[in-house]
Amino acid sequence: MSEYKSILSSSCPMPKLDFEIITMGHGSGGLLTHKLLDAGVFDVLSNEYLDKQHDGAVFEVTPGKMAFTTDSYVVSPIFFPGGNIGELAINGTVNDLCMCGAKAAFISLSFIIEEGLRVSDFWEILLHIKQAADHAGVKIVTGDTKVVERGKGDKIFINTSGVGKVHPKADISVDRIKTGDKVIISNDIARHGIAIMSVREGLEFESDIESDTCHFNTIIEQLLEDFGKGIHFLRDATRGGLSTILNEVSKSLLKGIAIHQKDIVVDESVAGACELLGLDPLYVANEGVFVAFVEASIADQVVQKLKNWENGIHAAVIGEVIDGHPGQVVLHSQIGGRRVVNMLVGEQLPRIC
Amino acid sequence: MKYLSEYRDPELVKKYLDEIHQSTTKPWIIMEVCGGQTHSIVKNGLLQLLPKEITMVHGPGCPVCVTPMHLIDKAVYLAFNERVILCSFGDMLRVPGSTDSLLEAKSKGADVRILYSPLEAVKLAKDNPDKQVVFFAVGFETTAPANALSVLHAHREGLKNYSILASHVLVPPAIDAVMNDDLVKIQGFLAAGHVCTIMGIGEYRPLVNKYQVPIVVTGFEPVDILHGILMVVKQLEKGESKLENQYARVVRPDGNPEARKVIEEIFEITDREWRGVGNIPLSGYQVKEKYAAFDANKKFAIKMPKVEENPECIAGQVLKGIKKPHECPQFGKGCNPERPLGAPMVSSEGACAAYYHFSKISGQVMEA
Repeated sequence: MSEYKSILSSSCPMPKLDFEIITMGHGSGGLLTHKLLDAGVFDVLSNEYLDKQHDGAVFEVTPGKMAFTTDSYVVSPIFFPGGNIGELAINGTVNDLCMCGAKAAFISLSFIIEEGLRVSDFWEILLHIKQAADHAGVKIVTGDTKVVERGKGDKIFINTSGVGKVHPKADISVDRIKTGDKVIISNDIARHGIAIMSVREGLEFESDIESDTCHFNTIIEQLLEDFGKGIHFLRDATRGGLSTILNEVSKSLLKGIAIHQKDIVVDESVAGACELLGLDPLYVANEGVFVAFVEASIADQVVQKLKNWENGIHAAVIGEVIDGHPGQVVLHSQIGGRRVVNMLVGEQLPRIC
Repeated sequence: MKYLSEYRDPELVKKYLDEIHQSTTKPWIIMEVCGGQTHSIVKNGLLQLLPKEITMVHGPGCPVCVTPMHLIDKAVYLAFNERVILCSFGDMLRVPGSTDSLLEAKSKGADVRILYSPLEAVKLAKDNPDKQVVFFAVGFETTAPANALSVLHAHREGLKNYSILASHVLVPPAIDAVMNDDLVKIQGFLAAGHVCTIMGIGEYRPLVNKYQVPIVVTGFEPVDILHGILMVVKQLEKGESKLENQYARVVRPDGNPEARKVIEEIFEITDREWRGVGNIPLSGYQVKEKYAAFDANKKFAIKMPKVEENPECIAGQVLKGIKKPHECPQFGKGCNPERPLGAPMVSSEGACAAYYHFSKISGQVMEA
C-alpha cells in the first residue's frame, strides 16, 4: 500500500521542545505561542517579509493587474499517499492564482489547530509547506495560529490567501470562451480523490495510487508567454472533478460542451479503484490537473507544451465548445454512445454492488 | 485492465450491435433486472445504439430503491441512539425516509459510517466495546454472503455489540411478481449476473417454463449487455424461451455453494415488502432465530409507524417497467436527485436517477 512519505528525517530535524502535543496554551498569544512560533514557524519559513514579525506584510508592487485569492484546507486524513494538508494549502492557492492568469508571489498562512495535535505532525506539515512554497517560488509573508478545544476541529485546518501579478499577455475570463474552442486537460484524472479514499477510515484498500498535487506557477507562465490571448479560460479540476467545471462553464455560457471519453486518461489502477468503489472518475477530485479552453488553432501546440511538463504527460484535447445542447456537457463514450454528464448533486457516494 | 477493457472494446461492441440490428425484425420488450446493468446501459449510451424495435425496461434490481421507507426510518431512529454506530453502504445514505435520510441524520449528529464491507463493521464493534454497532444489511443475494459472514465472525468472537438490520431481497420472486402483473408486457429478461455468481442459474428455469420467456444471465460491461440482448433477441425471433448464461466467465451453473452455505447458516427466507412494489411472498432473507442476538430488528424492538409513500411517485410502475422514468409527470420537475420523491431517483443504479443523470432530461430527446 502506498503510504505517506515523511521528510522529517532529512536535513531539517525537529527542534527540541519541552512539549509533545499542542495545547490551548499554544494559541494564547503568550509564552507557549512564542515557543511554537519562534522555534517552528518563523525559523522554517524565514524570509525578509516574515522575519519582521509584524501584523501584516508590506511589499512593493509594479504597475499592472494583481490577482488575489483565498482557500481553506480541511482534508482528512491530514497525511495521505503523495501529499499532506500543508502541501495542498500552498499548491491549491498558488494554482487558484494561476487560473486567473497570474504568477503567485506572496502567500498568507493561517493554522487552526485542534488541541492535541502532535508537534511532530505539525513540524512535518510545516516542512512540507516550506518545500512546496520553494518549489512554486512563492514566499509566505504573514500568518496566524489559533488553537481550538479538542472536538472543535479535525487535527488541523489551514487557510491560505495569495496575491500574484497577472501576466501582461493574459486575458482569462469565461466570457472569452467561444464556439469552436478546444477543451484541453493537463493530465490524467482522479488520482487525488482516490488516494484520499484509499486511506479514509473504514474504506482503506491496498493501492499504490498517489495524489497528483503540484503547482502550476511555472507552466501557466510559460503557456501565457507563448500563447497569450489564445488561452481563453483556465480552471483547476479540484472538488467535483472534471465534470463539475465543464458543467459550470457550459451552464454559465449557455453553450454545449462535447467531450470524448477515449481522450480522457485515467490511470489503470485509479480506474480499477473507481470500478471497485462504484465512483465515476469524472467526478473525482484532482489537485494537479487543470482545464484550458483555447483557440482551436493553437490547441495542439498547447498540448505539446503541456506534455513536456513533468505533470502533463497525459495532456490532451478532450473536446470542444459547440452551439448544440446549450448548458449541457455530453460525453461521447468509447463505444460510440452518448450521455449527458450532469452536475454532481452532493458527495459522490460508493455504490452497493 | 484485464477482464474489463476487453468487454468495453469498441470493435466487439460494433460487432454485437450489427448482429442485433440484423437479427431484429419485430418489436421486443426486454427487461434488465439489475440496477448495475441499468447504470451501465445508460452510462455507456447503449440505448441510442439499439434498434428502435427494442425497448429496454429497467427492473427492480436496485437494492437501495426497493428498501421500504419504514426500514430506513428504523435505521435513522437507531442512528440517533447515542450508543449506536450505524454503518451502511454508501448510496443507502441519501435515500429519503419519512423525515430524514441517513445523510441528514449524520449532519444532525448521528454516528453514521460508510463502509465497503460488513466485516469492517465487526472490527468497529470490537474496537468500540461501549457502543452498539449496527450494519444496515441491504442488497440482493450478492451481498448476502458477506453480511452473513459478518454475523458468523461476530458470533465466533463472542461480540455482544454487533447486529445487522437485514433487508435482503431475492431476484426470482421479484421476476415472478413482475410477470404476474397484467399490465406488464415484458418478453425477455437479462438476469443479474452477480446474483447468479452466488445462487447459480437453476432457480430461473421454473420462471422460463412458467412464463415462456427467455432469460439470459448477463454481465455488466457494454459487450456483456449487448451480447445478452442479442441472445434474448435471437430466442424471441425464433419463438424460443430458454435459460442461457452469457456471463459464463464468472457464473458457474451451480453458483458458489460455499457462499450459499454461509447464507443458509444465518438467514431464512421470509416475505418481504419492496418499496414501490408492495409485499412479495418469500422474497427476502431474515436472520434465523439461532442468531437472534445479531438481529437488530429483535435486539432493538422498535415499532416504526407505517408511513405512506408520496402518492405522486410512480416508482412501483417504473420498477415493473410499466412506465419509463421520464413518463412520470414529476420527472426532473417535482422530483430530481436533489429532492427525490422516491428511491429510484436517489441511487445511481436507480432507473430514474440513471435517466436523469445520463440520458434524457425532462423527457426531451438529447440533441448532439
